[in-house]
Amino acid sequence: MKAGIFVALASGALFGGGLAISRMTDRAVILGFLDLSGAFDPTLLFVLGGAVAVTAIAFRFVLRMPTPALAPGFQLPAADAIDRRLLLGAAIFGIGWGLAGFCPGPALVGLAAGLRDAWLFVPAMLAGSFVYRLLERAGHAEQPGPE
Amino acid sequence: MGSIPITRSSFSGDIVNLWLPALLGGVLIGLAAVLLLWSIGRIAGISGIINGIGGASGGDRAWRIAFLVGMMAAGAVVLQFVPAPPRMQTGATPLLLVAGFLVGFGTRMGNGCTSGHGVCGLGRLSWRSLAAVLTFMATGIGTVYVMRHVLGVAT
Repeated sequence: MKAGIFVALASGALFGGGLAISRMTDRAVILGFLDLSGAFDPTLLFVLGGAVAVTAIAFRFVLRMPTPALAPGFQLPAADAIDRRLLLGAAIFGIGWGLAGFCPGPALVGLAAGLRDAWLFVPAMLAGSFVYRLLERAGHAEQPGPE
Repeated sequence: MGSIPITRSSFSGDIVNLWLPALLGGVLIGLAAVLLLWSIGRIAGISGIINGIGGASGGDRAWRIAFLVGMMAAGAVVLQFVPAPPRMQTGATPLLLVAGFLVGFGTRMGNGCTSGHGVCGLGRLSWRSLAAVLTFMATGIGTVYVMRHVLGVAT
């Protein structure tokens, strides 16, 4: 598993480099994409398109392997139901995304780069995640799915 | 908030400076997700990776931390060389706090964000992830519309 740690580090580095090159850490770019009736900015469409083009092709081959190269098995999300929890969670995430123009990956990169806004956003993001977890444990939230 | 100038990005037809970095960045992100799935069989979803740290055991925690450290370090370094400097670094504090909270809460509830449901979920041709992506894009677009064109707030 030691090799796996290094590959995870390398994968993270590719991911972070990709986010930075494509300006996903720039909130104006994200908000511009979401602003259909303003100065629409299609950058995110190219980023997501480029990424999904790669994963959609390569995942097919990777998932045909009996096991991953460095681990005993694939750990994929088991849930396949489009339920209330999924849609409500995604809707809430989208509202926060539209308010700030940050999603989790770019916000963490912004934190590392010392962007002032990311230093406000990330602690609040961790708090939000923690609060949902508490509600879940207290039984006030919808039942947890895998992952 | 009224004194904050509205800055908007301009995406002209400039292929070399804008389209190519976006496409290249996207391909790198896709390759990162492929590398993680191929090597240790995990999904490169940032919110899932963060949320798994808390309850994880040693070995399951180590790869998550390694991935996030690599992402943050490489991202911060590359940002120093990106020609267009990050703009809008002075958002309204309450807005950023509320937004962060909603993003953390919503991604935990919906089991994923732009990377988990977007890059990886769509790559797996998951209907569940497609539903999530369409939902958060719709509420994101609606939120920006209300903020900018109804309330006239510079976000």
